[in-house]
Amino acid sequence: MKLEDLKKIREKAAKDIELRQKNARVKIVVGMGTSGIAAGAREVMKALLDEIAARNLTDVMVTQTGEKGLASHEPMIEVHEEGKDVVIYGNIDAEKARRIVAEHIVNHNPVTEYVIEVK
Amino acid sequence: MYREEILKRYEPSLDNILYILHDLQDNNPQHYISKEDIEVCANFLKVPYSYVHGVVTFYSMFSLEPRGRYIIRLCESPPCHLMGSESLLEYLKKKLNVDIGETTKDGLFTLELTSCLGICGVAPAMMINNEMVGNLTPEKIDAVIEERRNMS
Amino acid sequence: MNIVRNHILISIDAGTIMAGAKAVEDALIKELTKYGLDKEVSVLETGSLGITGRGVVLVVYPEGIYYANVTVRDVPELVEEHLLKGRPLKRLILTEAPKRTIVTKEKTGLLKEQPRIVLRNCGFINPENIDEYIAAGGYEAIAKALHGMTPEDVVNEVKASGLMGRGGAGFPTGLKWEFAIKTPGEEKFVICNADEGEPGTFKDRLILEGDPHKLIEGMLLAGYAIGAQTGFVYIRGEYGLSIERIEKAIADARTYGLLGKNILDSNFRFDIFVKKGAGAYICGEETALIESLEGKRGHPRNKPPFPINAGLWGKPTLVNNVETLANIPEIIKNGAEWYRGYGTDKCPGTKVYTILGHVQTPGLIEAEMGTTLKEIIFEYGGGIKDGKAFKGALIGGAAGAFISSEMLDVKMDFVNLREYAAALGSGAILVMNEDTDMVDMLKNVLHFFKHESCGHCVPCRLGTAKLVEIIDNIAVSKGKKEDLDSLLEITQAMKSASFCPLGQSVSLPVSSALKYFRDEFMARVS
Repeated sequence: MKLEDLKKIREKAAKDIELRQKNARVKIVVGMGTSGIAAGAREVMKALLDEIAARNLTDVMVTQTGEKGLASHEPMIEVHEEGKDVVIYGNIDAEKARRIVAEHIVNHNPVTEYVIEVK
Repeated sequence: MYREEILKRYEPSLDNILYILHDLQDNNPQHYISKEDIEVCANFLKVPYSYVHGVVTFYSMFSLEPRGRYIIRLCESPPCHLMGSESLLEYLKKKLNVDIGETTKDGLFTLELTSCLGICGVAPAMMINNEMVGNLTPEKIDAVIEERRNMS
Repeated sequence: MNIVRNHILISIDAGTIMAGAKAVEDALIKELTKYGLDKEVSVLETGSLGITGRGVVLVVYPEGIYYANVTVRDVPELVEEHLLKGRPLKRLILTEAPKRTIVTKEKTGLLKEQPRIVLRNCGFINPENIDEYIAAGGYEAIAKALHGMTPEDVVNEVKASGLMGRGGAGFPTGLKWEFAIKTPGEEKFVICNADEGEPGTFKDRLILEGDPHKLIEGMLLAGYAIGAQTGFVYIRGEYGLSIERIEKAIADARTYGLLGKNILDSNFRFDIFVKKGAGAYICGEETALIESLEGKRGHPRNKPPFPINAGLWGKPTLVNNVETLANIPEIIKNGAEWYRGYGTDKCPGTKVYTILGHVQTPGLIEAEMGTTLKEIIFEYGGGIKDGKAFKGALIGGAAGAFISSEMLDVKMDFVNLREYAAALGSGAILVMNEDTDMVDMLKNVLHFFKHESCGHCVPCRLGTAKLVEIIDNIAVSKGKKEDLDSLLEITQAMKSASFCPLGQSVSLPVSSALKYFRDEFMARVS
């Protein structure tokens, strides 16, 4: 790799992070560190993918990240929408994840009782 | 001849010994390092049998005794201890009807203790084979064990 | 089911409560009910929204409009304009968006804001996507070093930063690198010590799993600085996900040519290999780690020679901890002076702590060096759970020190803690409430040491066994008063005669427990 290539990747990757580049309206990020997984993050991930497929939501992407350090709130998921604050949910299980898809992702109503932070 | 398959993946260099032993143990149906495993490893690396045996006994993740299909390793380090791992140990012993280091009669579960697993934020915690489980309660332990029993 | 049209989240923290957040909340509910909007608009309390010094702060969804300095008197207008007529109330809108500086101020849930240098990307980027690391400014530091800094420049920058090894001992990193660059040798190695086994510690795992490319970049910089071409990451066998993620990251870096030959158009070549441990606490000690990496039983070696002179296969070897290496890219990118803006004069930078046990929000934080224990436990950790009182803490893992409430105001850094006969160690803080049995805790610690003693030297092998025998007796109230003296004598002997830090460090938990909680031990002996 040359120095120029690094710059190109940086510029392209910075754009890719913008949702519209990927034709996505919403990005859901699941915390997939070991603490998250030990607290049930895989089941949450599965429920999200399942619910999104069942509802045929083509403009929602799901991705992962590591741990933030707030182990007692695992599993955690974040909802990113263009032009809006990021909503972070904590202590999520499969059932809560399904509810978040239905209420927040589809109907634009964040499920406030699971929200631990908005930023 | 899975052992040969494993060895094919590595250079016969001594610094690969832990990887080779991990693979041999993981692929052994009884999750342990048998005499045959040690022999195969020693021949491959061109070291004496006793050398490999010495390495195996030094590391706590390796076992020279046959074990169950699922190895439960409950964390006993201070953070888990403080959060009540001792009573969970009693619960596990009773539930599985085994003592530490023993395997259930059906050959499914072996109960072991481990030092810190590094997921103390969700203590008490345990590992079952390669999977970590945190925020343990008797109910959660029941669910994990029943799930494995049903799969078998 | 009612359809809720708007959600109002009110920031509830110490600052906003003082500014009258609860009264504003009550007024909002009253006003909404007056207009019959209470079913359509829900008012909810949330943790701090991260905006301080701006009075009562609230945010209205779905628009996501922040209002600051809201008073009870503003409520009727706010409800009428925004929630009834749908016209945001301009005069109270918080215009400036929370700024992103070079260090992201991360505040999660109820926790206090944290200066994040090491954990900047953890929990933000996808660790399995190299592009996301690059987009976040990744591999800029190595590019900067390869095209404008000599290896000596890199070493000098690290030296000037004052970075101290984050593995536990706190040895100046720059000095270690200087020794390494001065040691002659055709072939040198960089080893990343990721054998994180200190009970209560998982900071390195977070970096390995959450930002593996940062570690790779740190190792590249170390390799360039000292003239090494090969690096190893030695990871404990229990860390399956860490191994998976770092291996993926290494493979991606190779594909991009960031590992291999002619990295970024330079003459520099470097590659990294992962080695997996198999469950041995002692392998966290650098010479035992090297033995294990070579394929032997993990017994520690005699020092000197130090690894820097004769390490892996007898070659000059630099061994650094994960957190230490993860600091390097930021130091090179932003400069030593910038780095010294954090922490204390003697211990610059930040430290990653794990806060565990009886606290409200157990987990992991990054805080400036010199933060007091009180701040860490009560502000970052949210205080003691279930309304109980604080009794003590075990700092620095099993090989650490017990402390009591009289130590709460001590500023935490490597240098300062030494003066209190404690050690920062790995940064693990295990908090215990008033109900904790300290004899039982010390018993647990001593059993740990007995299990992990490698058997190589007599003082440690016999010492740990004897300590366990004595403490087991005390725990069941069968001990004598003299037993307490025996505990101290044995650990003193182990401190002076043990071969490696494992046996030497047992004295710290024993002497500190007996110093601060002697009464509890006395109550169990006759």
